[in-house]
Amino acid sequence: MQVLGAVLGSLLGSLINLNGSGHYVHWGFIQISVANLVLIGLMVLVFIAAILLPFRRHGGSDQ
Amino acid sequence: MTLQTDLDSDASANVAADLPEDADQWTAKLRHAAVEALPPQRLMPDRQPAYVASWIYVFGVLTLAALAVVILTGMVLAVFGPTWWHVSSVGLFVNSLHLWSVEVFFFAMIVHLWGKFFMAAWRGRRRATWITGVVCFVVSVGAAFTGYLSQQNFDSQWISTQAKDGINSTGAGAIFNVTNFGQMLMWHIMLLPLVVVLLVGVHVLLVRRRGVVPPFADHPEMGSERPADNRPPANAEEKG
Repeated sequence: MQVLGAVLGSLLGSLINLNGSGHYVHWGFIQISVANLVLIGLMVLVFIAAILLPFRRHGGSDQ
Repeated sequence: MTLQTDLDSDASANVAADLPEDADQWTAKLRHAAVEALPPQRLMPDRQPAYVASWIYVFGVLTLAALAVVILTGMVLAVFGPTWWHVSSVGLFVNSLHLWSVEVFFFAMIVHLWGKFFMAAWRGRRRATWITGVVCFVVSVGAAFTGYLSQQNFDSQWISTQAKDGINSTGAGAIFNVTNFGQMLMWHIMLLPLVVVLLVGVHVLLVRRRGVVPPFADHPEMGSERPADNRPPANAEEKG
């Protein structure tokens, strides 16, 4: 378990540096962390996908 | 008294509850009002309206599922305490499950909120459903905030000392002291979860009572959006 954690940790650490201070976006009086901005972007993408992607229907009586 | 006699007396008690002379008792009135407002077929329906067959309708129940994981993992954390969740590998795992289920909870709830906002889900006598959802969202923010204050690490100390100025500026700092760990822990594990669960319960019962709001295009007139007889339209059903 510890070996797996170390491997996953180093893999994630190679992609994103989680040891430094956070990154922020400044836009006028608005200040938001990049992590929160990415999360909001993901929510918008999921929202659009939920509207556009077809939903598999069950049963035969889809009137 | 034998077992059979007990069963017989229970059965006769159930029959007696519906006797005409008992109709004016508050228990009978409450029972009839509850069954009338929320008949069993509305509480657990076999079919849903056809327009519910869309991914946008999934996020409400996804929020509920995440809330269940939040509560279960929170109960495990409460049993073993902060040393366990900070030091042991299983404790760290459960602590992470608690955090990430909260992330999923808010993610799903916000997508659910956007979906309901853009379909004006308060139409057709569904105002109370919308309002309970909004209040639940606000209370959930408070529950998450007090959770960050209850972590028992430097992060919670930093957050509490930053937040105290904000809370003090509202004038609420005297009764809601974010640097008082005991008070914040009680709010996090007792008061706010109780309010969230109660609000979610009322919200879900209102959804079952009023039905899921139909899309604009299918029901352009306000009148048709109202659940007249507590049942979805017969020509717009699909197996759930």
